[in-house]
Amino acid sequence: MSIATQRPRPRHVGAKLLLLAMVCYFLIPVWWLIVASTKNAQGLFSGSGALWFNGFHLFANLKDLFTYNNGEYLRWLGNSVLYAATGGVGSTIISVLAGYGFAKFRFRGRNLIFAMVLGSVMVPLTALVIPTFVLMSNAGLTDTVWAVILPSLLSPFGVYLMRVYTAASVPDELLDAARIDGAGELRTFLRVALPLMRPAVVTVLLLSVVATWNNYFLPLTMLSSSKLYPLTVGIGLWEQLASSNNGGGHSVWSLIIVGSLVSIIPLVIAFLTLQKYWQGGLAVGSLK
Amino acid sequence: MAISESTAPAAHADTTGVRPPVLPARSGRRSGRRGAVGWLFIFPFLVVFLAFLVAPLAYAGYLSLYTKGLATGTTFAGIDNYTRAFTDPSFLKGLWLVVRFSLVVIPLQMGVALVAALVLDEVTGRLARFARLTIFLPYAIPAVLGALMWGFLYSPSFGPIEQISSLFNVQAPFLLSQGNIFYGLLNVVTWQWSGYYMVIIYAALKSIDTSIYEAARIDGAGSRQVALRIKVPMVSSAFALILVFALIGTLQFFSEPQILGPIANGSVTPDFTPNIYAFNLAFTYAQFNYASAISFSLGFVVFVAVAVFMVVTRKKGSIFT
Repeated sequence: MSIATQRPRPRHVGAKLLLLAMVCYFLIPVWWLIVASTKNAQGLFSGSGALWFNGFHLFANLKDLFTYNNGEYLRWLGNSVLYAATGGVGSTIISVLAGYGFAKFRFRGRNLIFAMVLGSVMVPLTALVIPTFVLMSNAGLTDTVWAVILPSLLSPFGVYLMRVYTAASVPDELLDAARIDGAGELRTFLRVALPLMRPAVVTVLLLSVVATWNNYFLPLTMLSSSKLYPLTVGIGLWEQLASSNNGGGHSVWSLIIVGSLVSIIPLVIAFLTLQKYWQGGLAVGSLK
Repeated sequence: MAISESTAPAAHADTTGVRPPVLPARSGRRSGRRGAVGWLFIFPFLVVFLAFLVAPLAYAGYLSLYTKGLATGTTFAGIDNYTRAFTDPSFLKGLWLVVRFSLVVIPLQMGVALVAALVLDEVTGRLARFARLTIFLPYAIPAVLGALMWGFLYSPSFGPIEQISSLFNVQAPFLLSQGNIFYGLLNVVTWQWSGYYMVIIYAALKSIDTSIYEAARIDGAGSRQVALRIKVPMVSSAFALILVFALIGTLQFFSEPQILGPIANGSVTPDFTPNIYAFNLAFTYAQFNYASAISFSLGFVVFVAVAVFMVVTRKKGSIFT
C-alpha cells in the first residue's frame, strides 16, 4: 500500500493508543493459548504467571496430542478437513452456479424463487437441525459423514452474494459476444464469466469453509460415534471428560489446550494468505 | 435492491440494440432456451434448498402439530404444542435471556466494530494493518474454541484474572457463576464477532469516494464531523445488513453456553437458551414433537424480530427492500 509511506501525523496518537488497546484485547486469548501450549500439566496449574512461559514442553504436548487414545485427535482433524473441503467446496460450486443463473438469465419464476432465497436467509438454521435429524434418521443417514456434509451444502447467503457480485461485474455484452462467437453456455460461463467472478468465489469459499470447519451444533446432533467427530465436537468431548474427573483430568486439559492451538492454525493461515481476496469480497454483499 | 439492480442492465441492453438484429420469432425461441439454461444453473441449488430447507421446515411444522404419548401413540394436537411453548416457563425464560443478551451484545459489537473501522480508515501504517488482522482473527477461530479459551482465562484454578487479583488480595469475580455468566458470555461473543463486522464496515468505508471528504474539509468540517456526518451515514446500509445477521445469530445462541456448561458449575441450565432447551428436549428426553414446536416458535420469534427491525430501520439499499 502506498499510503504506508505517509508520515503519521501527531493527532493520531490517541487513535493509535486505542488501536493498541484493541490489539491487546483481541490477542490475549490467543497469546494465552500459545503460552499454555508450551507448559506441562504441572506448570499449567502451578498458579503463577498464566500469561508467561514456564518451561518448554510444546513438543512433548504435541506428541501426547497425536498419540492420545490411539491418535483420535488426528482422526478428528482428518474429519474436519473432509467436512470443510467437501461441504465448503460443494456449497461454493452450488452458490456460484445459482448466483450466475439468477443474475444472467431471465426465466419464469426467477424473482419468486430469489425472494424465497432471501427470505430463507432469515430462517434460523439451527431451527432446521432437529427436523433434519429426524428426516436423516428416517433415511438411515444419521451417524454417517453424509449427515454432516449434505446439510452443509445449503448456503442461501452465498447465492445472494454471488448474484449481486455477478450482476455488477460481468457485463451482458461480453457474454453475448462469446455466444455470437459460437461458445456454448457452459463454455461462456467457464471461460468468460467465471474469471471475472473470482474475488466473490474466493470469499464465498472462505465463508463456507469457515462455517463448516467451525460448525458444532450440526455434527453434535448428527453424529454419535466419536470416530466421525470433527475437531469442535471432539474437543468438546475431551472437555466434558476433563471436567468430570477433576483429579485425573489434568493431563487432558493440556491436550485440549494444545489441540485447540493446532486446530486454529489452518484457518488463520488461509485468511492471512488470501486476505487480498476476502477483504474486497466481503464488502460485496453490503454495498449499495 | 438486488432484484431491481440486476434486471435494469438487462433491459438496458435490449433497448440499446447491442444484440444483433434477429427475427422476433427466433428471438422468442432463443430466450426460451436461454431460460431453460438458467434453470439448469440454479437446479443444484434448488435441490439442496428443497431437501435441506423447505423439507425440514415443512416437516418441523408437521411434527409440531402432533403429540406422541407412550399409551396413546401419535395424535393430532393442533396448536397445543405452541400454546404449551408460549406458556412454558423454561422456553420463556430462555427466550428472555437471548432477547436481553441481543439488546446488550449487538450495540456493543457494533460499537466496537464501527469505532475500529473508523479508526482504521483514518490511521495508516504497520500498526493499522496489524490491528486490522488481529481484530479479525477471532472470526477464524471456531466459536467452540473461543468460548473454551475464555473459559480458561476465567478459570479460578489457572486463569490470569484470578492470579492478577490475588496479587492485590482481591477476590476475583468468577465470570461463569450464576450471576456473572451473562457478562462472561457477553465478552466471548463480542470478542468473537466484532472483527468480522469491522471488516465489512471497513470495506464499505474504503469504497466511499474520497473527494467527498475533501469537499467537506474545504467547507470547514473536522475529522470527527466527517466521520459522524459523512462516513457513518454512507455505510448505514452495510450496517443494517450486519445488524440483521447479528440479530439472527444471537437469538439462536447455542455453542458458547453449551461449551462453557461443563466448567460453569451448573450456571448453564438445560433450558438456558431456547436452542439448548430444544436440543435437550429432543436428544435427552426424545420429545421430538415438542422440540420441533420450540424450534419453530424460536424461528417465528426471529422472523418477527427481523421484520420489526426492517420496518423500523426501513432504508433504501437494505438488502430486503
